[in-house]
Amino acid sequence: MPITKREVEKIAELAHLELTEEEKEQFTVQLAAIIAYVEKLNELDTTDVPPMAHAGRDERADYAQRDDVVGEGLGSELALANAPDPARGYFRVPKVIEEG
Amino acid sequence: MAKREEYEAVIGLEIHAQLKTRSKIFCSCSTQFGDAPNQNTCPVCLGLPGALPVLNREAVRMAAKAALALGCRINRVSVFSRKNYFYPDLPKGYQISQYDQPFSEHGEVEIDTAERDERGRPLAWRRKRFRIRRLHLEEDAGKSIHDGMPDSDRASYIEFNRSGVPLIEIVSEPDFRSSWEAYDYMQYLRQALQYVDVCEGNMEEGNLRCDANVSVRRRGTATLGTKVELKNLNSFRFLQRALEYEINRQIEVLETGGEIVQETRLWSEAEGRTYVMRSKEEAHDYRYFPEPDLPPLVVSEEWIEEIRRELPELPNHRKWRFMEQYGLSIEDAATLTSTRALADYYESVVRETGDPRTSANWILSELMGLAKAAGIEPFASPVTPTKLAGLIRLIAEGTISGKIAKTVLEEMFRTGQPAETIVRERGLVQITDAAHLEAVIRRVLEANAAYVEQYRAGKEKLFGYFVGQVMRETQGRANPQLVNDLLRKLLMGG
Repeated sequence: MPITKREVEKIAELAHLELTEEEKEQFTVQLAAIIAYVEKLNELDTTDVPPMAHAGRDERADYAQRDDVVGEGLGSELALANAPDPARGYFRVPKVIEEG
Repeated sequence: MAKREEYEAVIGLEIHAQLKTRSKIFCSCSTQFGDAPNQNTCPVCLGLPGALPVLNREAVRMAAKAALALGCRINRVSVFSRKNYFYPDLPKGYQISQYDQPFSEHGEVEIDTAERDERGRPLAWRRKRFRIRRLHLEEDAGKSIHDGMPDSDRASYIEFNRSGVPLIEIVSEPDFRSSWEAYDYMQYLRQALQYVDVCEGNMEEGNLRCDANVSVRRRGTATLGTKVELKNLNSFRFLQRALEYEINRQIEVLETGGEIVQETRLWSEAEGRTYVMRSKEEAHDYRYFPEPDLPPLVVSEEWIEEIRRELPELPNHRKWRFMEQYGLSIEDAATLTSTRALADYYESVVRETGDPRTSANWILSELMGLAKAAGIEPFASPVTPTKLAGLIRLIAEGTISGKIAKTVLEEMFRTGQPAETIVRERGLVQITDAAHLEAVIRRVLEANAAYVEQYRAGKEKLFGYFVGQVMRETQGRANPQLVNDLLRKLLMGG
């Protein structure tokens, strides 16, 4: 499947990445090669194979679940220990104008 | 307003309900509301590298109870997916939600709904079915504070106590044709979630939140109009008012030759209007994909049936049963079934008195009045069902009058003592001894000879005055019927 430069730009935008023109060209070629490689899988007939979301599927109903018990967390001080700009017990970030 | 009638609204609701588990959905941090900011956090809900989610079993149980209460089919296998977007209160850069294989689907509720007059009074109640497209599990995001800090003009504050609190998202089909239908559905949903004990249902505290999709179209048209998403509907009143405003706004736009723009609008209660939040040509692209850190959620038929058996009678059925079995009006039945505890209380009283009508009246008019004044729930007062039944029995037996009973109930509410004790200790037993009452009445008539003259001359209104005097003489203990009969006899006979 060919991939366009416009698609690379969109992916970069969604990932909040700023790419140079040179990088855009380069990634267009590289992403196309990766997708072409994965497309090899399409050579297999998967008509009767249900999609698999995870290798760890298990028929036991409560597989890999935990009980509703409160445990020890980090607490406010530790949680903020590596924050670049903590204030009043919060993570302070540049003003968020609106979502999106 | 003629134009208004030519259009109909098409509304769908997306409701987020916080499940009342003790710990979060994917980690063991407390879900306690109101703790110090960032107190209840850990590597999982802070999105620190390497942290892995483990699903809370109780959250799944609660989601199942909600799904079954809303008539949804629970999928034997559902899959968690990552919903990717950037926002400071979303530490991982994605929300763990469910997408193409949700926990449950195809629900339906049948509820009572009514349009309201200008003063908010219901016009005609009717039953209507509303379909639920899906109900799935997901995690809540953290909380952003944009206002109220000294540097709020240039900074936002983020805290993660809410990050990872379990949510169910309940997506309706676009089945609502008016703001009141949406309102009644939302009310019912909250009530049902409270009945099955999975959500506190407090919109003001944000543990129940609602977004709406609204469009309008000319009546008789099959296609849907362009829809607008409404956010910030933080109370039942806001929801109804915002929908009403938005419906009228869209009709106005169309009537003046304009076009509806697909956008997100926020309701401002202060201004009484909606305004545009964002209007991007490019729709959001969340790039959902299966969450690799969580296996598919598998539940068994037996487990589903076990939960189904645990469900209580649901609020709509309980209301309809109260109307049928106890002969109550829709309003009285609705009030008495508003919470499970109150409905249980009422039925306990009825079991002891065998008188559904009188029991309902005492709860609705007297007990609820006292409870409201005291700021507590009626079922939490010291007047237990047995004690209220005891009071009703004393009235039925003629031991006390209904009027005295109100005073006794106040005393019961205050002290928690049984009615019998209060009546005995304060000597409130009704006077039904005719000879005794006749003596009292004679005294009253002698003391009011002038009025007696006037009465006999035709001023019949004075009858009530005499009754009042007799009641005063007997501290309200006289049997009212007997007083009436005797008074009439003595006034006639003179």
